[in-house]
Amino acid sequence: MIRNLVQPALVLLAQMALTLALAPLLPGIVNKVKALFAGRVGPPVFQLYFDLAKLLRKGAVFSRTTTGVFLAGPAAAVAVPFTAALLIPMGAATAPVSFAGDAVVLAYLFGVARFFVVLSALDTGSAFEGMGAAREVTFAVLAEPALFMGLATLARLAGSPSLAPMLTAAGQGWRAAGGPLALVLTAWVIVFLVENCRIPFDDPNTHLELTMIHEAMVLDHSGPPLAAVLYGASLKLWVLGALVVKLCLPLRGTWWIDWPAFLGGMVLLAAGVGVLESIMARLRMRRVSQALIAAVVSGTFGFLLLLLA
Amino acid sequence: MLQSLYFSALLLSALSGVPGLVRPARGGRMASWMLVGSALCALGLAGSVLYGGLTWQAELRWALPGAHFLFRGDPIGTFILVPATLVPAILSFYAEGYWSDGAHADTAPALRLFFGASVACMVLLCAAANAVLFLFGWEIMAILAFLMVTTSDQDAAVREAGWIYLVASHTGALMLFAGFALLALGTGTGFDLGPLRPGFASTPAGTAAFLLLLGGFLLKAGVGPLHVWLPGAHAAAPSHVSALLSGLMLKMGILGVLRIIALTPDPPLWWAGLLTGLGAASGIMSMAFALGQKDLKRLLAYSSIENVSVIALGLGLALAGKTLALPALVMLGGAGALFHLLNHALLKPLLFMGAGSVMHATGTRDLERLGGLAHPMPRTAFLFLAGAFGICALPPFNGFAGEWLMYLGAFRGTQPNGWVWSVVTLASLAVIGALTVACFTRAYGIVFLGEPRRDLAHPAHESPRSMTATMAVLAGICLFIGLVPAVLAPALQAATRELGPGLPALGSLANLKALSLMALIGLPMGLAVWQAIRRAPSTRTGTWDCGYALPTARIQYTASSFSRMLTDGFRWLLLPIERIPRIQGLFPRESRFQSQAPDTLLDRGLNPAASFVASALSWLRFLQAGHLPIYLLYVVLTLVALFAWTLQ
Repeated sequence: MIRNLVQPALVLLAQMALTLALAPLLPGIVNKVKALFAGRVGPPVFQLYFDLAKLLRKGAVFSRTTTGVFLAGPAAAVAVPFTAALLIPMGAATAPVSFAGDAVVLAYLFGVARFFVVLSALDTGSAFEGMGAAREVTFAVLAEPALFMGLATLARLAGSPSLAPMLTAAGQGWRAAGGPLALVLTAWVIVFLVENCRIPFDDPNTHLELTMIHEAMVLDHSGPPLAAVLYGASLKLWVLGALVVKLCLPLRGTWWIDWPAFLGGMVLLAAGVGVLESIMARLRMRRVSQALIAAVVSGTFGFLLLLLA
Repeated sequence: MLQSLYFSALLLSALSGVPGLVRPARGGRMASWMLVGSALCALGLAGSVLYGGLTWQAELRWALPGAHFLFRGDPIGTFILVPATLVPAILSFYAEGYWSDGAHADTAPALRLFFGASVACMVLLCAAANAVLFLFGWEIMAILAFLMVTTSDQDAAVREAGWIYLVASHTGALMLFAGFALLALGTGTGFDLGPLRPGFASTPAGTAAFLLLLGGFLLKAGVGPLHVWLPGAHAAAPSHVSALLSGLMLKMGILGVLRIIALTPDPPLWWAGLLTGLGAASGIMSMAFALGQKDLKRLLAYSSIENVSVIALGLGLALAGKTLALPALVMLGGAGALFHLLNHALLKPLLFMGAGSVMHATGTRDLERLGGLAHPMPRTAFLFLAGAFGICALPPFNGFAGEWLMYLGAFRGTQPNGWVWSVVTLASLAVIGALTVACFTRAYGIVFLGEPRRDLAHPAHESPRSMTATMAVLAGICLFIGLVPAVLAPALQAATRELGPGLPALGSLANLKALSLMALIGLPMGLAVWQAIRRAPSTRTGTWDCGYALPTARIQYTASSFSRMLTDGFRWLLLPIERIPRIQGLFPRESRFQSQAPDTLLDRGLNPAASFVASALSWLRFLQAGHLPIYLLYVVLTLVALFAWTLQ
C-alpha cells in the first residue's frame, strides 16, 4: 500500500520540481537564439532567473485605481500553469493526475488565467491595458476551438478523453495516422505561439506599440507581482510546450531515453521559437485571426481525416 | 407524507403574498419566511425522491373532460423543484431591500403576491402529469410573469416589452395546445402524460407533435431564434423578477423538453441534430448580441439565452444517445444538462441581484456611464465577480462541472460507433466558453473596475446588508457545489435515469471527485501566491499608462471599444446602427460616435413582418366588434358546429 503510493509521489515531486526549476530557462534559450541570429552576444541563458531574483527583492508600485482583483491576475498566472502541469505527462513519467476529461480541465484552467489577467488589466483603468485585454479575449475565441478540435482528434485516436493516453497514442501513432497528427500539430503550434504571445502573433519584447497584446496588459505590474507575471509566462511556455513536444515524441518506456528526449525536445522547441521570431515579422492584427481560423480548419481537417482512416 | 410535503410547498408559495395585502408593514418578511418554508418542503421531497428513491402520486377529480388533477413526483421534476423554490426564497429576502414597501408602496404588495403565485405555478408544473393541468399552470405562470414584467408600466419601453412577452408567450401556448392534443394520439391515456407508443415518434402526427411542443417549450426557454421576447422582458422587470424569469421560469421550457425526451422511447436521430444545431447557433449568436449590449440587464438576458442553448446542446447529446443506444451519452448529456440548469438557476439570479444593486446605487444600468464601482461597493463587486466567474463555467466554480459532463459526453460521441456530430457540440461549447469569458470580463471590468466614467446623479453607495447577504448565500452555494460536485451525483443520476432505460451509473463515467482534487491543488496555490505578492512593500500612485501626465477616465477602454473587434466579426449578424461623424476642417468641432446593437431578428424581421400581416388581415376586423354578446354568439356557434361534426 505504502509502496504503491511512494512511486507516484516521487514522480509527482520530480516532475513538479523540474517544471518549477527549468521553466525560466526556455525564454533564455529563445532570447539567446534570437541574439545569435542578430549577430549579438545576447543576455545569458539564465537572465530570467536573475531578473526574478531582483524583482522579488524590490517593492511594488500600485495604482490608486486598483483593487484586490489587480493581484489576482499574477496569482492566477502562476497557479494555473502549475496546476495544469499536473495533468501533462512529461519525459518518461505518466501524468501525476490523470482522469477522463482532464483535457477539458486543462483548457479551462487557462481560461481561469485569462479571466483574471484580463480583469487585472482592466483594474488599472489604463487605455493600453484595456486594449491588450480586448485583444486577448478576442483571439481566445478562435484559439479555443483550434485546441479542442486537436483534442477531439487525439481522443478518437486514443479512444480516451484523458491527456496521458491521448499523448501516448499520438506519439506512437505517427506511422499509422501521420496526416491527421501533422494537421493537429500545425493547429497546436499556432495555438502555442498565440497563447504564449510569440511572434508572429505578439511580441513579448516591446511594450508600447499599438499591436501589443499580452505585454500591454501587464504594463502596471512591478516588483513581486511582475515577477509572478514573468515566471507565470515561462511556466505557461513550459506547460504548453510540453503538450506540443509530447505530441511528437513516442514513449519508449525507459527513463534514460525518454527524459533526455523530452528535455531535448523542449530545448529544440525553444530554439525553434527563437529561429521563427528571427526570420518572421509580426502579423497585422487582421492576419492574426486569419491564422487562427487556419488553425481551427487544420484541426477540423485532422479530425475528418481520422474519420476516413 | 410526500404528498403533504408537496402540497405544503404549493400552498405556502401560492399564499405567500396574501399576508402582505392585509398588513403591508410585515408582509415582506412573512412572504420571505413562507417561501423558505416552501423551499424546505421541496428539499425534503428532493431528499426522499432523489436520494431515497421514493416516488409519489396524487389524483384529484376535476369536472373537465379529459382533465383531472394528476400529480406525479418523479426525479426530473423534483430536481428542478429544488432551485425553483429555494432561489425565490432567497430572492424574496433581497426584494425586501430592493423593492421595499416604503419606496414602492403602490406596487410592492401586488408584486409580492404575483411573485409567490408564480413560484406556486412552477411547483405545479414540476409535478403535473396531465397535459390540461400542465397548461393550466403554464398559462397562469405566463400571465403572472406579464404582470410582473410590467410593474413599472409608466415607462413606454416596459409596456412594449410586456406586450411582446405576452404575444410570444401566447404563441408558445397555442403551439403547446396543438402539440399536446396530437401527443394524446400517441400516449393512449388521454391527456395524461404517459410514455408514447413505440413508432409514434416517426409518424407524421408524432413529428408534428414534437415540432409543436418543442417550439412552445423552446419559446419559453428562450432558445434562439425563439428568444425575441426575452431581452426586453428581462431588462424591463424589477431585478429580482428578472432573476426569477431568467433563472427559473426559462427552465420550465427545459422541463418540457426533458419530459418529451423521457416519454419518447424511440426518438428519430434528426431530433438530436435539430437540438444540437439550435443550441450551437443560438449559443454563439446570443453571445455576439451580449457583446454588443450596453445595458447591463440586457447583457445578462442574452447570456441566459446562451445558457439555455448550452443546456439544449446537452439534451441533444442525450437524445442522440437514446436513438443510437449509447447509454453513456444519454447519462453524460442529460446529467450535464440538468447540472447546467441548476448552475444557471443559481448564478443568473446572483448576477441579476448584482445588477439590481448597481441600479439601486447609481440609478443606471448603462455600461458606458458606469465604472470603478468596486471602490464604493466592495461587497457587491466581490459577489458579482463570483457570479461572473461562475457563469463563465471556469473551474473550480459550479458552472464548470456541468459543462465538463457535456464535454465528456461529446468526447465519447467522437469515438468510433459514437455520434460523430457531437464534434459540433464540442467545438461550439469551446467557442461559447471563450465568448462568455469575453462577455463577462467586459461586464465586470467596465462596471466595477477602472475609474468612474461619468458623474452619476448621486454618488454610488454600498447596498444594504439584506441585499448583499442574500447574494452571499447564493455565491456560497455555488462555491460549495463547485468544490464538491460529487454530492450532486446521486441526484443527477436519479433524474437522468428517467430519460431512458438501462443507463449506467454517473460515477462510472465521470470522476467528479477528480475535480475536487484539482481545486484542492490549484485554489490554495493561487491564494498563496496572491497573499505573497500582496505582502510586498508597496507605494500607491496614479496609473502609469505609458506616462500620461493628466489621465482622465475618458481615455479608458469603454464597453463598446472592448468588444469592438468581436462585434466587428459578427457584423453580418448584429447589423449595428452607427452614427459616424464626418470630421472636416482644420479645427473640427466636438463630435460624437454612436453605435447601437438592436435585436436583429425582432427589429428587422418580426416587427416588420407582423405589421405587414396585421395590415393585410385588417379586413377581418369586422369580426371583432367589441360587444360581449357577439363574442358569446361565436362561442355558441363554434360549439354547435363541433357537435354537428362529432355527431355525424
